Amino acid sequence: MFDLERWQEIFETISKNKMRTFLTGLSVASGIFILVILLGIGQGMQNGISSEFENDAANILFIFTGATSKEYKGLNPGRRITMKNDDYNTTVAKNEDQLEYKSSVYRIWGGLINYEKESGSYRVEGVYPDFQFLENASMTHGRFINPNDNNSFEKVVVLGNKVKNDLFKNGKDPIGEYVQIKDINFKVIGVYTDPGGEREESRVFIPISTSQKAFNAGNDINFMSFTLQKEENFEAALASSEKFSEELETFLKERHTVAPDDERAIRINNSLENAKRFYDLMDMIRFFFWGVGICTIIAGIVGVSNIMLIIVKERTKEIGIRKALGAQPLSIIGMILHESIFVTTIAGFVGLIFSLALLEFVGPLIETEYIANPSVNFNVALITVFILVLAGAIAGFFPAWRAARIKPIIALRDE
Amino acid sequence: MIEIKDLHKSYKMGSNSLHVLKGINFNVQEGELVSIMGSSGSGKSTLLNILGMLDEADSGSYTLDGLPIKNLNEKIAARYRNKFLGFIFQSFNLISYKSALDNVALPLYYQGVKSKERLDVAMSYLEKVGLADWAGHLPNELSGGQKQRVAIARALASNPKVLLADEPTGALDTKTSYEVMDLIQGINDEGRTILIVTHEHDIAEMTRRIVNLKDGVIIDDSKVNQVRALSNV
Repeated sequence: MFDLERWQEIFETISKNKMRTFLTGLSVASGIFILVILLGIGQGMQNGISSEFENDAANILFIFTGATSKEYKGLNPGRRITMKNDDYNTTVAKNEDQLEYKSSVYRIWGGLINYEKESGSYRVEGVYPDFQFLENASMTHGRFINPNDNNSFEKVVVLGNKVKNDLFKNGKDPIGEYVQIKDINFKVIGVYTDPGGEREESRVFIPISTSQKAFNAGNDINFMSFTLQKEENFEAALASSEKFSEELETFLKERHTVAPDDERAIRINNSLENAKRFYDLMDMIRFFFWGVGICTIIAGIVGVSNIMLIIVKERTKEIGIRKALGAQPLSIIGMILHESIFVTTIAGFVGLIFSLALLEFVGPLIETEYIANPSVNFNVALITVFILVLAGAIAGFFPAWRAARIKPIIALRDE
Repeated sequence: MIEIKDLHKSYKMGSNSLHVLKGINFNVQEGELVSIMGSSGSGKSTLLNILGMLDEADSGSYTLDGLPIKNLNEKIAARYRNKFLGFIFQSFNLISYKSALDNVALPLYYQGVKSKERLDVAMSYLEKVGLADWAGHLPNELSGGQKQRVAIARALASNPKVLLADEPTGALDTKTSYEVMDLIQGINDEGRTILIVTHEHDIAEMTRRIVNLKDGVIIDDSKVNQVRALSNV
């Protein structure tokens, strides 16, 4: 390996056979290049799609109440159940590490909103800061409700985009302006947009604490909304969500003295349908790109093996000459392997560097929602380079070994 | 230098076997220039290949300079070839991507001689065959005669005990053949043992001894008066 004479001999062979070296190198380099780009785009698609669908995918649970339908512990059916702040607070405290986003909501009915001469009736909801993420809303102006607003009962409001367009016809910046909700002044702190469209955007949000206080709701809440932490795959997500909703239902029914089999009084709705589609899609993408990647490696191995076979075939006569001049079989095999490993390694790394550079510099320029931040696991790329080099070496070894065993007279026989 | 006793060799050709050498007895002294003649299929090339350890005999003994040559494995055969023998082929068998100088230096590479010394020695042999000016040329830039001279220089480079030439003039025209034979005679004059396989009478006449092979046996072995190649050029 560190025999200088041997290296000289190999460099001479390589430099005198530029075409052969180039073609071998090209097949290895392009194989690695294509593989890394593919894996990178695969990762990018996974990132992109996951950021596109992540919000839908979240395992959202809605908890709302109705009237009891069954008699229980001496209480009549038809009793309205109303959840209280305590229900929410206890649930959150009990499941701190399982919950990702959480909010309870108090809804004000008939929310008439005025701004100067404009007015309209909109849904007004008192919420916690996390509600922005539960609703998949993104801010176009200002900010959403923050914990501080809730703690100090601030009279602030976040308008839906449609509400803003309806009320602020004068084109004024709504931030800092005051609107009246049922004749109470609220300061506008933000405007949001919602992928759900106009219907979703014709709502306004205020801090839940303020809503309960200003509109005499006491501790009442209308519903609660949670998302659970993301899980590795759909099965795990399903399991954790079923467990959570079962426990929560039992807890709430006990607390409000509702019959365990009463389906109407307390209802929990979760959106696992979307989650399943999301997890299936991710699995498909992962599966597809691994499939393509493995096929590419196989194609690369076949390509390198073919080239090695042809090279050894082409060099049979040279091998015969070398043997007649006193080359030992081992030195022949060593020479061919040494050369092929050297060329494939260099070419492999050239392909790797080019593809990584391309991903690094061109990747961020890709402007489609479905590919984000294409990147590749460096170790995976490195391993594929070694697999190809090893494949080249093994593919070169057998013909080299056979060539080294051919008697020189046969190798030298004139065609 | 070379002692051969009762050498047999047969080749399997499918189901039937072809008996090529049927008991060859033959000695060569140091410094001889011997030609082995015979028609196609007489076994002359097979004999040369066995002498060159490129092929193995089925039975019989072969002694080279007092060293019994038998039961060779590939490794030892390669070492003996490298140390004791120099080959000259009809089709030159130069490595096409190596310059004349590098071709001549190749046997020395397999002897483990260092690069610089190797090239110095190779250059001196190229000078000897009159091709010092062509050292950097590739084989396909040389004429047939020049290629054979490079091959001769290469055969000499490892300073072997015996030179084995298989139809060295077979691919050359008459004039070039004689020039090559002149070179070979010159090398022989310096005392080196040389065996030439040929089927051309005029070439055989330029050696000192002719061994005639027919159907795998020696039918005639006689010393001749050497014709100097130079006088025919």
